Amino acid sequence: MRRSLPLALCLVMGIIMMIQFFVPHPVSVAFYDLTTKWIRIVSAFALVLGVGSLVLYHTDRLRRKRAGWEYSIVTLAGLVVTAIIGLGWGVKPGSPLQEVLFKNMLVPLNASMFAILAFYMASAAYRAFRARTKEAVLLLIAAFVVMLGMVPVGEAIWHKLPEFAEWILSVPNMAAKRAILFGVALGAIATSLKVILGIERGWLGGGKG
Amino acid sequence: MISIILGVLFAGMSAPLIQVRDTPNDAGKSITLNWQFLSESPASAVVVQRVEKDGEPVVVASLPGSERWFVDEGVIDRQPYRYRVGAVSDGDTLWSEWSEVVSSSPQFFNWARLNILVSMVVFFVLVIYFIENARAGRYLFVRRIAGLDAVEEAVGRATEMGKPIVYVPGLGSVADIATIASLNILGEVAKKTAQYDSALLVPNRDPIVYTVAREVVKEAYTRAGRPDAFKPDNIFFVTSEQFAYAAAVDGLMVREKPATNFFLGTFWAEALILAETGATTGAIQIAGTDSVFQLPFFITACDYTLIGEELYAASAYLSREPLLLGSLKGQDYGKMLIIIIVVFGSLLLLLSRIPQLGFFSKIINFFNVS
Repeated sequence: MRRSLPLALCLVMGIIMMIQFFVPHPVSVAFYDLTTKWIRIVSAFALVLGVGSLVLYHTDRLRRKRAGWEYSIVTLAGLVVTAIIGLGWGVKPGSPLQEVLFKNMLVPLNASMFAILAFYMASAAYRAFRARTKEAVLLLIAAFVVMLGMVPVGEAIWHKLPEFAEWILSVPNMAAKRAILFGVALGAIATSLKVILGIERGWLGGGKG
Repeated sequence: MISIILGVLFAGMSAPLIQVRDTPNDAGKSITLNWQFLSESPASAVVVQRVEKDGEPVVVASLPGSERWFVDEGVIDRQPYRYRVGAVSDGDTLWSEWSEVVSSSPQFFNWARLNILVSMVVFFVLVIYFIENARAGRYLFVRRIAGLDAVEEAVGRATEMGKPIVYVPGLGSVADIATIASLNILGEVAKKTAQYDSALLVPNRDPIVYTVAREVVKEAYTRAGRPDAFKPDNIFFVTSEQFAYAAAVDGLMVREKPATNFFLGTFWAEALILAETGATTGAIQIAGTDSVFQLPFFITACDYTLIGEELYAASAYLSREPLLLGSLKGQDYGKMLIIIIVVFGSLLLLLSRIPQLGFFSKIINFFNVS
């Protein structure tokens, strides 16, 4: 029962949603909207479980004084302070949650993490462009041409270089991208079909019946 | 006399010719209008009027003169309406004839998606055929995937080193197929970690994915005969914020120094941040995603990368269940069909450029999904 009920639900809902995709009738659209609302409601309940997990995880770290336990204090304090400010002053624009916590703390912190990406890109590029194999040499040449084609000096060297760089991006690069996307689309459909038919049960922990 | 005056006023301009129809393949409450001018002179604006049965005409749209169509979404289903379009030039309006009576109604089938239905049915038949073949016990060859062959080695390495394994199921929600594929792989990886008695850490970004991941790992440990080794605290929710999650996982990798990192699922801009940090800790890294934009980052920073469809094939490959392997074969034949259609479509497109063979473009249009 613990397995057969989710599998039956998955089969029925999977088939209904597949049919729904081809039926534009208002009844079908209303059903789609309804299921979307269900997902939001389930997500809200799951968020409670998520917060519970977060609190348990960090209180356990504090209790056992694991490496970096001090950061757990910051996390738990952040959780409590945000909840108090949000519940006390609301979440509307102009509220302390929006002005202090979101605009002045969360946004700059997110931006800082995003900015680190530039350094990681440089180190990753250095590793990728070491011409150890034939493929790496090819990658290095293609990347060099594309980068040069994107800056004015490239055009100064050879006036057709920007055009050639564009060709590399829009023809061989695009062909490879599309080939991957075809595989991804078929893989996604096959996975959906396996889940709907109950052949793939990994999401239930695997196993039979 | 009047016609002479009108002729002077609208020199070079003609009344629009109008076509109206119930908008096809929709949920109703919508009528589509098209119009054209016989002369080349453009109107400065176009006005659309609608009249109900026994009602007064009302203006439903004022559009730029270059517009040639309008969708009226302010109608009631099965009510009769008539329309006319006015071409405005120098403050004067030249009206078309009133259109024939038209009414809107909802449709039960979206004919524009017939091609998707046909290709879906063909693909389903292929997959089910090969699954049945596998059920009958026929041997199905599946090519080696290095990244998946390395899973066993990676788990074994973690056991030897006495270090944990970090499994990141991506940043997608449970509605993403890549996340479902990742959870399927998580089950197989968890089974191996249970057998090898390694610690498995699963930080989650989505609360639903977190609850499913916990159940998946718990079931895998039970199936491996080690329910006692399952530690629920090792599968935990971190945050829904993208970069806060990346920072938390980076911190986890730096502190715990895991032997192996798995990055499987949906990833965005944080892909390289995670993979590069993991690389600096010296862990074996196995990544896989269906996002073509993040794949180059993973290929650069990870030891093994599952490219696109390999992510979906992983669960079948690791479990070696014949039914799952059968579906892989179906996917391969699906790809072959796509290659045939691409080559055939390219030929038809070339031939349709010959004026006498223009009808080929109708066949190509069948494959249009826009």
